[in-house]
Amino acid sequence: MRIGVLALQGDFREHQRAIESLGEKAVRVRTEAELAEVDALVIPGGESTAISNLAKSFGLLEPLRNFAKTKPVLGTCAGLIMLSDEVEGAIAGQEFIGGLPIKTSRNAYGGQTHSFEADVDFGGQKERVAFIRAPKILDSSRAEVIARLDGAAVAVKSGNLFGASFHPEITGAKILHKLFIQAVRENQTK
Amino acid sequence: MSEEFLEATPLVKRGLAEMLKGGVIMDVVTPEQAKIAEDAGAVAVMALERVPADIRAQGGVARMSDPDLIDQIINTVSIPVMAKARIGHFVEAQVLQSLEVDYIDESEVLSPADYVNHIDKWQFEVPFVCGATNLGEALRRITEGAAMIRSKGEAGTGDVSEATKHIRTILSEIRALSAKSEEELYVAAKELQAPYQLVREVAKTGKLPVVLFVAGGVATPADAAMMMQLGADGVFVGSGIFKSGNPAARAAAIVKATTFYDDPAVIANVSRGLGEAMVGINVNDLPAPHRLAERGW
Repeated sequence: MRIGVLALQGDFREHQRAIESLGEKAVRVRTEAELAEVDALVIPGGESTAISNLAKSFGLLEPLRNFAKTKPVLGTCAGLIMLSDEVEGAIAGQEFIGGLPIKTSRNAYGGQTHSFEADVDFGGQKERVAFIRAPKILDSSRAEVIARLDGAAVAVKSGNLFGASFHPEITGAKILHKLFIQAVRENQTK
Repeated sequence: MSEEFLEATPLVKRGLAEMLKGGVIMDVVTPEQAKIAEDAGAVAVMALERVPADIRAQGGVARMSDPDLIDQIINTVSIPVMAKARIGHFVEAQVLQSLEVDYIDESEVLSPADYVNHIDKWQFEVPFVCGATNLGEALRRITEGAAMIRSKGEAGTGDVSEATKHIRTILSEIRALSAKSEEELYVAAKELQAPYQLVREVAKTGKLPVVLFVAGGVATPADAAMMMQLGADGVFVGSGIFKSGNPAARAAAIVKATTFYDDPAVIANVSRGLGEAMVGINVNDLPAPHRLAERGW
């Protein structure tokens, strides 16, 4: 199994490390050719405006949209925004991959002084993660909620797509990556 | 917010810098420039009244920007907004924090307010980035609470040689530290004028505990890519963009070259037809009192 990490901008190295710590191979993806070589993709945290801009400039948006139709994709923070079908607070001309039937609001938790660490609840199992200028999931009614914080959805799944408002990769949290790797395995045996 | 939400922890402060990696942070002096930077793919903007090249040309005391300007820039863009406080000027930093900037740069580009002490950055919720020319300086800033380090370079010159020197020095000093035996680290800490525990951590991990960007003199896509190849996590571009012939095109080109820093074909392609780069000043022609990198202790 080869899991790609979109390496246009952001903390892609931390995601690579998280995947490798669970015993799977992780490679960087910056081009359509590299995308064709992987079984699944992680879109890391970063600035969604920069990631969107670079994906568009290098002709990656359509390949990414096609990839997300059949292969597992996990997006955290900026990655969640990239996978959302509806985004509030996008800049003019900002384009997304889409596929997750949710509505997301950029930077809705506030600026950096409102960034925080917290224990999120994966169906009874708690894990410490970080919310950095994080997006909020405003409407998750058409997706499966896999983690909550104070009752609100902070991670969701729909088909082969996973998205989270937070960063599991900088606190060493593992549950989300484990769930994702399991989904990649299932997708391969289909 | 409930007590389960832990704000302003070191991890949260350093975490934002982690998200800026592989990106370009651009100096802007108006909301219009901030918008151009955001549209070009900047990961953050530095809100200033004058870019370093103008501070250099006009002289005088350089201070924190007008809060109105910072507010306008915060209201114009959706990406993080940074702003500069003078070295040691903790009240400018308090003001910037109350304006809710996302990062404060305690910067040698402004006139220092304290020639002995830097700001005690642990006292703040907002994270700080500080300049460094060598490992000892970087570690002293981290000890004072900096959540991100940038090489100083020589701001406002368009001459990348000092930035090269600083990133090479920092990384080569880290490699030298990693090669030392346990008992040699005590003396190393003394020589670096940094706490032993931090020196030991860097020796062990082979890297700083915070993100390391490069700043000062970056003016072209090739400059940015060179800094990335030398081992920087990302790049600050100050005067290089808005003192050039076509800022929007140059900004976008530097962003692309930073992502594809190891692909000369991409760098060549984005370097075409950018118009004039900033004229610049050779660092060697600068008399010593005008060298900003020497500010900070």
